[in-house]
Amino acid sequence: MAKAEKIEIIEKWCKGCEICVEFCPTGAIEMRDFKVAIKDLEKCTACMQCELRCPDFAIIVYKKEKE
Amino acid sequence: MSYDYAKYLRKGKLPHIWCAGCSYGIVLKSLIRAIDSLQWDKNDVAIVSGIGCASRLPGYVDFNTLHTTHGRSIAFATGLKLANPKLNVLAMGGDGDMTAIGGNHFIHACRRNLDITIFVFNNNIYGMTGAQYSPTTPKGAWATTSPYGMAENNFNITDLAIGAGATYVARTTAYHVAHCEKTMKEAFLHKGTSVVEIINSCPTGFGRKNKFKTPASMLMWMKDNAVNIEKAKNMSPEELAGKFIIGVLHKVERPEYLETYDATVGLKK
Ligand SMILES: Cc1ncc(C[n+]2csc(CCOP(=O)(O)OP(=O)(O)O)c2C)c(N)n1
Ligand code: SF4
Ligand code: SF4
Ligand code: SF4
Ligand SMILES: [Mg+2]
Repeated sequence: MAKAEKIEIIEKWCKGCEICVEFCPTGAIEMRDFKVAIKDLEKCTACMQCELRCPDFAIIVYKKEKE
Repeated sequence: MSYDYAKYLRKGKLPHIWCAGCSYGIVLKSLIRAIDSLQWDKNDVAIVSGIGCASRLPGYVDFNTLHTTHGRSIAFATGLKLANPKLNVLAMGGDGDMTAIGGNHFIHACRRNLDITIFVFNNNIYGMTGAQYSPTTPKGAWATTSPYGMAENNFNITDLAIGAGATYVARTTAYHVAHCEKTMKEAFLHKGTSVVEIINSCPTGFGRKNKFKTPASMLMWMKDNAVNIEKAKNMSPEELAGKFIIGVLHKVERPEYLETYDATVGLKK
């Protein structure tokens, strides 16, 4: 089950460096037209690798609050 | 839940000028988390830079910020701290800014042991001006001014700082985001001159021409070649060949400059 409520992408800030996609361990995100895009939110484990390593504040992961 | 960087950003200034995949943005986030964890009032923090891509950082954060001339951030930071000792003063800049044109200010700041923090963003190149070699460009590496490979010996920034008298000296990298944050925090809390060398990547100026195909591969290089100082203690020189050490390399107590100054001129008995 997805661990993230949502992944917000600020497209106008994304420079398409691919760091987030290369560090994502699950394949939840991908590159599309030189910008990051969500591929499968269900796969996201909210590990935060993408957000921690994005140099451009362009991807924000909202963790699900624990039930 | 997500981390709120926005309260420290001058959001109108984004996107920043750094190239796609430049590691400076990653380090900027570690810096914000470090200051946030200290719970310092924004008005009590001053960030001072020189000139270069790294030195553009203060423009994006909502503290007291000062963008000065090439190599001179430490001179301005020294003046600020002397005039207003309550301020937490960070001087920061690139390898060129801090150890080439600013090398003189750098060593004398370390010698005085004034209570300021110095971060050197070492990407082994003059990024801003078109990839000229810097004092930290590795032997053999390509730069526009060393098209046959760097022929000179390079500085070890942390050895330089220790030799010159800095009382806290550490190294971290843009890849090690949590370590970077923790090291910055310790450096801020240290009383006296603290120096942190932050290994960074310039994919545009250095990476492309030195066999790094992607920005992510430069971060992976840091992961693969950094050895924590605790682990390094049990490694042989052969095992350490080609690696670099991260962690706190030097930490001693020496009288801090403002205190010795005040005592010397009779302001404090
Ligand atoms: C007095 C003076 N000399 C030279 C320059 C040109 N200049 C601007 S930035 C720079 C070097 C920047 O390299 P570094 O400090 O490593 O920063 P980076 O761009 O790599 O972050 C130089 C030589 C200048 N601005 N002022
Ligand atoms: S939080 Fe982790 S799993 Fe989710 S998209 Fe980011 S890197 Fe991938
Ligand atoms: S790391 Fe950031 S800037 Fe780079 S592709 Fe991903 S979202 Fe875009
Ligand atoms: S030239 Fe290099 S250091 Fe400057 S912004 Fe681009 S990648 Fe970063
Ligand atoms: Mg540089």
